[in-house]
Amino acid sequence: MNTTLKEGINWVGYVDWTVRDFHGYKTESGSTYNSYLIEDEKCAVIDAVKAPYVGTLIEHIKAFIPLENIDYVVCNHAEPDHSGGLPGLMAACPQAELVCNAKCKTALEMHFDTSNWKWRVVGDGDAISLGKRTLSFVNTPMVHWPESMFTYVPEEKLLFSMDAFGQHYASAFRFDDEESLDVILQEAKSYYANIVMLYGRPISQTMERAAEMDIEMIAPSHGVIWRSHIKEVFEAYQNYVVCKPRPKIIVLYATMWKSTEKMAEAILEGAQECAVEAQFFNVDSTHATKIVTEVLDCAAIAIGSPTLNNSLMPNMAGVLCYMSGLRPTNKKGFAFGSYGWSRRGGAAAVEESMKEMKIELMRDPIRAQYVPTPEVLEECREAGRMLGKYAEQYK
Amino acid sequence: MKKYICDVCGWIYDPEIGDPDSGLAPGTKFEDIPDDWECPECGVGKDDFSVIED
Repeated sequence: MNTTLKEGINWVGYVDWTVRDFHGYKTESGSTYNSYLIEDEKCAVIDAVKAPYVGTLIEHIKAFIPLENIDYVVCNHAEPDHSGGLPGLMAACPQAELVCNAKCKTALEMHFDTSNWKWRVVGDGDAISLGKRTLSFVNTPMVHWPESMFTYVPEEKLLFSMDAFGQHYASAFRFDDEESLDVILQEAKSYYANIVMLYGRPISQTMERAAEMDIEMIAPSHGVIWRSHIKEVFEAYQNYVVCKPRPKIIVLYATMWKSTEKMAEAILEGAQECAVEAQFFNVDSTHATKIVTEVLDCAAIAIGSPTLNNSLMPNMAGVLCYMSGLRPTNKKGFAFGSYGWSRRGGAAAVEESMKEMKIELMRDPIRAQYVPTPEVLEECREAGRMLGKYAEQYK
Repeated sequence: MKKYICDVCGWIYDPEIGDPDSGLAPGTKFEDIPDDWECPECGVGKDDFSVIED
């Protein structure tokens, strides 16, 4: 495996082939926790790994240099998938100072027993010379947590971007030109949608700062390293930060006795008459991870649930909770659903959730009592055509 | 009117802009923001904001 980013700079992280649940994100492709070793007159490790894998990280470092030679351990982000290995790493590196910003220090002190750590607290714009190279620090609040920062090495035009531009993607390769770009970009899209979609504004501000840097390589803390396709991932992110719509609609539903499903199928039929990509997801068969990834770049969405016990189908409630936290923007849509005797919950609750998400409502909810009549199904087809026609403008 | 910064994420409340997405019209002083208002960026409350001295 090629782990060399630049001469004297190597990947020393951990490939997690088997993880399938990352705090609710269904990581079908596993993940990696990327650590990097910079050998210079002073030596630095950039970020650690999840706690159980610190032994592998230490072995990887020792293949290059003794641990006594580590002068700095940089923590760009306090989340435990990167910081969890820090206690083990700091204990094993007697000379090392933990380099981070003030907010990160506070967060790390709340996570771990740091009483034996030596600290070097840095601020935005500060730099540490390693000899031939410099570590330069850029605070990037909310990309992905308040303490998040980038570490930039100007002499190498190398940006350690932490969670930004990352992918939950385990593979045998470390670089973006060693395998299919389509696969990697799809994983980057899924990661963006499921981890940081709600922070489009701060990410946009961070992108502006990154655009001012001379960058040949971006080394994120998950997934492959960007060196041949930086332009492509930058362009993708410019679309993601505004949830830029494509000519695509989504019909998303839960169903009880197939009535709401029949309505969903009629909406899909209507949308398919238009020149758009029309996707169809039942919350019982498609995980929320996939759903929000597709919502990121859709133009419009119809969401349906029947009334169950005067409320929603619980699986739909879970998906709506997840989606509203991630705050997609620039979407239109409407709610639909069947009911028996009470119109509470169901389509009304879906619509309430869509309002909270600031999805612009295109019409009142479509409802069917018990079973949709031919008239209701035609109303659904017509609403589907309306969704499709709206999305066509993004061709 | 003074601006306030979120101590957690760095978002700045500018009373001249307000926070229209949360129903705060332009011209709303920070002191007049309801106590249940939350930072639009990171979700913390008013207590986590500090005044930006000119």
